[in-house]
Amino acid sequence: MLKTFKLGGVHPAENKFSANKAIEKLALPKSVFIPVAQHIGAPAQTLVKKGDQVKVGQIIAKAGGFVSANIHSSVSGTVKKVDLATDASGYPKQGIFIDVEGDEWEEGIITDDKLVEKFDTDGKAIIDKINAAGIVGLGGATFPTHVKLMPPPGSKAEMLIINGVECEPYLTADHRLMLEKGSELLVGIRILMCALSVDKAYIGIENNKKDAIASLQNLTASDSSIEIVPLKVKYPQGGEKQLIKAVTGREVPSGALPIAVGAVVSNVGTAYAVYEAVQKNKPLIERVVTVTGRSVKNPSNFMVRVGTPVKELIEAAGGLPDDTGKIISGGPMMGKAIASTDVPVTKGTSGILIMPDTDAKRKTSQNCIRCGRCVTVCPMGLEPFLLMTVSEKQIWDRAEKDCIMDCIECGSCSFTCPADRPLLDYIRLGKGKVGQIIRSRKK
Amino acid sequence: MSKLLTISPSPHVHTSDSVNKIMYRVILALVPALVWSVFMFGVEAMRVTLLAVIACMAFEYLIQRFITKEEPKITDGSAALTGILLAFNVPASLPSWIIIIGALIAIGVGKLSFGGLGNNPFNPALVGRVFLLISFPVQMTSWPVNIHVQTDAVTTATPLAILKEGIKNGQPVSDLMHNLPSSLDLLYGNMSGSMGEISAALLLLGFAYMLWKKVITWHIPVFILGTIFVFQGGLHLINPDKFIEPLFHLLTGGAMLGAIYMATDMVTSPMTHKGQFIYALGIGIITVLIRNFGAYPEGISFAILILNGFTPLINAYVKPKRFGGKK
Repeated sequence: MLKTFKLGGVHPAENKFSANKAIEKLALPKSVFIPVAQHIGAPAQTLVKKGDQVKVGQIIAKAGGFVSANIHSSVSGTVKKVDLATDASGYPKQGIFIDVEGDEWEEGIITDDKLVEKFDTDGKAIIDKINAAGIVGLGGATFPTHVKLMPPPGSKAEMLIINGVECEPYLTADHRLMLEKGSELLVGIRILMCALSVDKAYIGIENNKKDAIASLQNLTASDSSIEIVPLKVKYPQGGEKQLIKAVTGREVPSGALPIAVGAVVSNVGTAYAVYEAVQKNKPLIERVVTVTGRSVKNPSNFMVRVGTPVKELIEAAGGLPDDTGKIISGGPMMGKAIASTDVPVTKGTSGILIMPDTDAKRKTSQNCIRCGRCVTVCPMGLEPFLLMTVSEKQIWDRAEKDCIMDCIECGSCSFTCPADRPLLDYIRLGKGKVGQIIRSRKK
Repeated sequence: MSKLLTISPSPHVHTSDSVNKIMYRVILALVPALVWSVFMFGVEAMRVTLLAVIACMAFEYLIQRFITKEEPKITDGSAALTGILLAFNVPASLPSWIIIIGALIAIGVGKLSFGGLGNNPFNPALVGRVFLLISFPVQMTSWPVNIHVQTDAVTTATPLAILKEGIKNGQPVSDLMHNLPSSLDLLYGNMSGSMGEISAALLLLGFAYMLWKKVITWHIPVFILGTIFVFQGGLHLINPDKFIEPLFHLLTGGAMLGAIYMATDMVTSPMTHKGQFIYALGIGIITVLIRNFGAYPEGISFAILILNGFTPLINAYVKPKRFGGKK
């Protein structure tokens, strides 16, 4: 029996068209837009101004606090301007425009592909390097990694869990990374284990990536400290709490962080970035992005410099299909629909999904028939139908009492509702309001 | 870019399932039992079913069009399903005008007066059925003899009625057994009764189909039938002369039809499996109580309606197990 999480879950069609496509390096763009807020927490503070010359890997914005991350230039060239532009969120964000000239790297960065296994085992030094490299969680939440590696006093990490689940349909970036950069990934994991001073790591991988499971099992055959855990395919297994439950059986209490049960979770992309930062001095300036969709000519996995406009990725995958109705940054379950292909790839961009017209629009919502399927599929054990109703009617105390803040916004309820009700839309609204109320109460 | 893109919050994909599919699948699941009932009761069964379906859909259309003034939604299949279930719950010889009254009560009072699909607290088909049973007790309990029996009799009694009458007259169950159909007859449906309830086997076939298509889960039917079996089994152990063995109660009357198709009506049953257990337990217990101690030989319709009434209460108090939560 394969492991999985207990409560809820759904099975959207996987559609992993690009699973067999090796990661290609995308050609350098002509210009990039690098937002200074690509992570959860305070935006970084810009260090460059118009006209400055920058190199690849040069720091161009400094972390704006403890929960924040450095931003580095992903290209070499001239800073054109520091201005607002729309990113994938749809809002104008401060960022740095750079015109690309050549590909000159900052000194000290090793650009070859040679595997370096040995590393300095000083935990503090590792965390400093990770912090300096601006590494954030690459699974999509973009939480600064160095913060995760420094558990608050009184809590102790017992294990590292590496998230190779990639439960979002269509996306294959993590899959390809595990397959092609397995050895580097494992060094990255050992570095993270050392920084956390834990002696056990698990890599959770859904069983639809059998080749990656086999390859990593092979590579870890002689290392009992890293265990590959094949998981039954079920969305949202890549959710932090669901993954911890699936791998260890432990349940993170409501409102608490994974460290409460001794776990630290990192994405495979993050572990790879850690390898590059610590072993190659390379800051987080590029990542793997899947470009895919039913009508896309060549669904692909690209290694992309941060700040590259999305349209360049789409061109490289065969151009925008004629029947395009919606473009999503991320996966179909939790990704954001973008309004323009000018928005840049950022640290958290795991995929670009192009949906045809026919799939782009929602169906008309009908009366709730009280089938209870939203309750059955909710991985957090909530009652989405009820949370929607109380949010609609603005009964915020009731929403709070019925645990609206526990919602992880995985979208399983909206996905499964036979009456096409906009459950998650209203729950998000309610979460926002209840969150405000809770914060104002603390003041 | 020349083309406008659609912007909407996630999720961007949706299950292929829909309310209409659910309704039509339940209807499909009922087809084998319908075919059997036409085989047993002839054209009359076809008349009752067609009339009930057409009347339910017509009333839904007329009320939505002219009274509640909304877009008529008769194509969603729910009115047709109510019609079929209503037909399944009446004798095949029921006069047409009574069927039309039943359809009006089911759709008009049972469903649309509360706001239509999703808002009705009680199962509409059962509201119609119970209304007819109370208003027209004679017609509603005159069970036609099936067309394959060579007899002069026009009507006959249901196995449950034979049993109830016998016990009331002081006969021990063992003496009554030879008047009752065998378990095998009960299973495939060689007995008298309401049109759709007679063939337990074909109703179970539909159940299997609905489970396969994930229209319903197993919980409510299994809990109800399990409760009836255990409760009646206990009574039987205490006094086998007065209480018949439990299998008989599972295969007779509307136990199967009620447990599989009526109690599982999503609108009127609890949302959580824990709540469904309480709901099913209540239905099972009340059914056995009415059948053994009540005035009517059959009681699952009443039992379901009573527990329908408790459903909002169950939903309010029985919460799902929260992830990482306190109890």
